[in-house]
Amino acid sequence: MVKLKSFRGGIHPPGLKLTAGKAIEVAKLPASVTMLLHQHIGAPCTPVVNEGDLVRAGQKIGDADSFLSAPVHASISGTVTEIGVQPSPLTAAGVQGIKIESDGKDEREVMEAMDPDTASPHDLIARIREAGIVGLGGAAFPTAVKLTPPEGKAIDTVILNGAECEPGITADHRLMVEQPEKIVKGMKVIMKVLGAEHGFIGIEANKRDAIQRMREALEEDADGRISVLALKTKYPQGEAGILIKTIVNRETPSGSHSYDIGVIVQNVATAKAIHDAVFEGVALIERVVTVTGDVQEPKNLLARVGTSFYELLDHCGGFKGDVGKILAGGSMLGVAEYQNVPLIKGVNCIFVVNREHARLPEERACIRCGSCIEICPMGLIPMMLGQLARKHRFNECEEYHIFDCMECGSCTYVCPSKLPLVQFISYGKERLKRRG
Amino acid sequence: MPTLIVSPPPHLRSDVTIEKIMYTVIIALIPTTACGIYLFGVHALYVISTCILAAVCTEYFALRLMGRQFVMDGSAIITGLLLALCLPPRIPLWIAGIGAFFAIAFAKCAFGGLGQNIFNPALSGRAFLVISWPVAMTTWTRPLAYDAITTATPLGLWKMEQLHTPYLNLALGTVGGCIGETSAVAILIGGGYLIAKRYIDWRTPVSYIGTVGILMAILGEDMLFHILAGGLLLGAFFMATDYVTIPITGEGRVLFGIGAGIIVVVIRLIGGYPEGVMFSILLMNAFTPLIDRHVRPRVYGVPRDFSRLLRRER
Repeated sequence: MVKLKSFRGGIHPPGLKLTAGKAIEVAKLPASVTMLLHQHIGAPCTPVVNEGDLVRAGQKIGDADSFLSAPVHASISGTVTEIGVQPSPLTAAGVQGIKIESDGKDEREVMEAMDPDTASPHDLIARIREAGIVGLGGAAFPTAVKLTPPEGKAIDTVILNGAECEPGITADHRLMVEQPEKIVKGMKVIMKVLGAEHGFIGIEANKRDAIQRMREALEEDADGRISVLALKTKYPQGEAGILIKTIVNRETPSGSHSYDIGVIVQNVATAKAIHDAVFEGVALIERVVTVTGDVQEPKNLLARVGTSFYELLDHCGGFKGDVGKILAGGSMLGVAEYQNVPLIKGVNCIFVVNREHARLPEERACIRCGSCIEICPMGLIPMMLGQLARKHRFNECEEYHIFDCMECGSCTYVCPSKLPLVQFISYGKERLKRRG
Repeated sequence: MPTLIVSPPPHLRSDVTIEKIMYTVIIALIPTTACGIYLFGVHALYVISTCILAAVCTEYFALRLMGRQFVMDGSAIITGLLLALCLPPRIPLWIAGIGAFFAIAFAKCAFGGLGQNIFNPALSGRAFLVISWPVAMTTWTRPLAYDAITTATPLGLWKMEQLHTPYLNLALGTVGGCIGETSAVAILIGGGYLIAKRYIDWRTPVSYIGTVGILMAILGEDMLFHILAGGLLLGAFFMATDYVTIPITGEGRVLFGIGAGIIVVVIRLIGGYPEGVMFSILLMNAFTPLIDRHVRPRVYGVPRDFSRLLRRER
């Protein structure tokens, strides 16, 4: 047996992949959607439609002048009924959003298809921006910006992230099994835009069918530059810096970007979205989202962006038992919601936790067991950072490299004393940032 | 709409708790404890019970005095049990009880309780007894004889009369010594179980025992004898692995083991005592904060910088 590629530290939480074998199901067309104008990293969009306007699915309804942004498109056809502050999965304050009432016709607006062989990289990037594509693995960083490295930074390697290491989520897994050719085509567009010679698709070894289907798709469409790698199943394998280290054994220097070491990581779902935008002219208005955990019937849904969480949960038969938490994202990184919120581009999973499992464990004294140090994939000392941040000794936090923490939460997961270490760390970072 | 619970991620926690670790350690000590009672008779059982009882009671009252809530997390049981295992089988019960009281009250609670103490509580208790009642603490009885006729420990015989106890006796424990230190096999079963369960770091016992073995071999002594005789195995697997008092990083724990190993060799070969395990661990406990300050893992994306070790800290 070949030794699987792996990395230092990491944890083995239960997989909870209830939906790994379930084909992607198209969710019912929602009666109304809420399109948030700020669902990506960067500048928020301003509306380009007015209340009362008729819009079609795929029509641009919000855009920004700043390059670091991504436009938002109507995900259904119908009437704009309200423009104003709406609840957001990511911030309790809410963000500007556009409500659209469906006319039930689902009329589409598509752009002209492009041929990536003849189109210039510049035009391809413009299309990716115009289609509103952002990183679909969760970070929602505008893809057009990521594919425009700063002057003088040559990218030789593109890594496609199919690790999907977080418990519960199977959206990327199903996409790789069901539409591998589209992912490969999207990846080739990325490689062309960046002029990269090497491509790797990293997939955790527990997704055998996905590895096989991606390999088959590559055989059909082979030019030998792209290869699929089976990675050890371990969290946080899918974190970009860890994935780069695992696959090409390069480390992003502390405080810089993977541009500096010639690598760019994209999610497999992002590659598929790029395929749709380039080959079919379709803007990013729907995505695969895994609805799982304590729901009657866990599913992988192809859902329109802007559909409310509760509508998607209803689609899966509703809650199983007494609902405790609803997470936007998986059980390691997901944001716990306190109200019904609309689906945004970056959310790959809706995870429901029962009330009895949602109980917070009692905090105890640190016994210096060293587990958090053993598993920290970044080589940090989380117990020290936690103690220092808790005591407001922020200068020392910096000495212990607090800003190198990527907040994967592994330390909090393993801690036998149930200390919320990653919470202390993010608190410390926030205080240091505010201090400037 | 239901009321939802919000909390920061991660929303999954492992099922390992302090209690689970502590009670697993207690389970791992069962072979050694049973062996000690079998070899040295019912008085050994009384010593063990006295120490555990005294340790738990002391912790209860000490925490009450400190205005803190007592939690039966198993750590006081371990301290009492470990102390008993490194006491002579015929030690008067009141002395054993005072040792357990000292271990918990002075070596643990006075520092702030679980997780705060610098020195291993059981060994601190033992050190206190060695100084206070040196005769009682060095009166050894014969194994399987269940009488009060005294004998010498293998290390004592080696130091005073240059006699080497056979390996088989050292492995099975049919020699004079502390209740829990004589049977190498029983200790290895328990220690191996903890390593397999990943509750203790293999690096400390391996570097500790390895250092003693290698140094003894280099200095022309009998390597295997020095590994099996005395309290090295008990100390290496159950005391030099006490999370609270050893370094937090793997590299630091290796340093700890090497340092403790050197001290054992120095005491056994040059010092006045035949045995040096207790002092070696306590002395290295004192170095733990220093090791933790300087030995850190390499951070991702940051090259190793050894010059940090030489710079004066602010």
